[in-house]
Amino acid sequence: MSVRSVVPFGPQHPVLPEPIHLDLVLEDEKVIEAIPSIGFVHRGLEKLVEKKDFQEYVYVAERICGICSFMHGMGYCSAVENIMDVVVPPRANYLRTIWCEMSRIHSHLLWLGLLADAFGFESLFMQSWRMREKILDMFEMSTGGRVIFSVNKVGGVRKDMDKEMLREFLKVFDDIEQELKVLTKTFLEDYAVNSRLRDVGVLTKQQAHELGAVGPFMRSSGIALDNRKLGYAAYPELDFEPITSDVGDCYARCDVRIREIFQSIDLIRQAAAKIPEGELAAAVKGFPQGEHFMRVEQPRGEAIYYVKANGTKFLDRVRVRTPTFANLPGMLETLKGCQLADVPILILTIDPCISCTER
Amino acid sequence: MKVSKSPWLMHYDGSSCNGCDIEVLACLTPVYDVERFGVMNTGNPKHADIFLITGGINAQNAPVVKQLYSQMPNPKVVVAVGVCACNGGIFKECYNILGGVDTVLPVDIYVPGCAARPEAIIDGVVRAVALLDEKKKALSQEQVSSKEA
Repeated sequence: MSVRSVVPFGPQHPVLPEPIHLDLVLEDEKVIEAIPSIGFVHRGLEKLVEKKDFQEYVYVAERICGICSFMHGMGYCSAVENIMDVVVPPRANYLRTIWCEMSRIHSHLLWLGLLADAFGFESLFMQSWRMREKILDMFEMSTGGRVIFSVNKVGGVRKDMDKEMLREFLKVFDDIEQELKVLTKTFLEDYAVNSRLRDVGVLTKQQAHELGAVGPFMRSSGIALDNRKLGYAAYPELDFEPITSDVGDCYARCDVRIREIFQSIDLIRQAAAKIPEGELAAAVKGFPQGEHFMRVEQPRGEAIYYVKANGTKFLDRVRVRTPTFANLPGMLETLKGCQLADVPILILTIDPCISCTER
Repeated sequence: MKVSKSPWLMHYDGSSCNGCDIEVLACLTPVYDVERFGVMNTGNPKHADIFLITGGINAQNAPVVKQLYSQMPNPKVVVAVGVCACNGGIFKECYNILGGVDTVLPVDIYVPGCAARPEAIIDGVVRAVALLDEKKKALSQEQVSSKEA
């Protein structure tokens, strides 16, 4: 007869950088059910639109989450630009694309490090984070900030990258690509990593579809959907295909994210080759009136920005749906029937971002 | 500065945007690497000397923060990292933010910045170590005088 017990997990836990609480119902070592309770990071920043005008709100939107801060800012700005019929200059679009892809690389490297840390591979964690610092240095060179940049504004961007800087960056990306190849070998071929990730937490294509998973979590289950194909910023002019895997276990999620880093480096190279000269921002006149629904692809998946404006400088409503929120049902599904020791890895493989989810 | 022991720190994310969190982690990883000074990150409040908190306080996490603080052994130092932890920052006007960390805990050191830079965080930790030594001395003197009495 097995013993049933409830183990509280979080909100403060060594493997979690952010607070989320799960009550894990166990039968011996096997997880029967996971009951989440959230709200530890809720700030209520959507309501701040009533106090900050639509230009100022860009700074708040960036601070929805510090990891994909650039994309949050861009998603919000694009929504407002669409309402106001502002045409963003092509150079600004390309710059946005480059910064987006740099964010994706930095986020995925951060995730790889945290994953390695979750299964106790300390040196791999340190190596991933060492590489990530190079991206942050480039961010600092081009925008002035390491995690929060404030380069987006309604109508375009604030800072430029000159030719010299782009050439330097491409050199750094060559280095990163070489180093990443070495790291990839460890992540995908090491015996210890394989034994912790293979066949753990399988999410089938059908389940991923039914539970509405997004991003790499969904793509690793075999659904080829990528919002970058919707054609915002300069993505329509770049050549890429969504990266998928058919297996759907933790190993596949790791594999997909690593291949996405290589894809992002490729996209940056394409963008740097095609970037046109020109203005950085279009003039914005008047106040927005109307509503728009903007979808962007973040490192963690699809993020949705709904903006409703009433013709004054204060917006009526901003609503953000973040990828982690969409991935939580999938995560809870994979937790059922897993071993207690695998719980941290399973939570990490959706790349949870709690501060986005709870805002 | 002479440090009498390796300080261990515990980090808790109050309601920050993650920016300061990842900068705290960046302090512990290569390039900044405070581990070379013996500073270790621990998840267990009972092992921790320094309590780093990022982000403001809301109704949901106030009891968590208080409990973590009460589980830490004396002497202990609280460091508020980032402008949100100092006074609420950009989220000050949000309906669910009670304020900075000092609304629920006695904060010893305030690290400014949005997001706080790793250099600033390390500076905060170094000051926390000095303060920890002072508090330790005061504590042992207190114990001596209470024994004599």
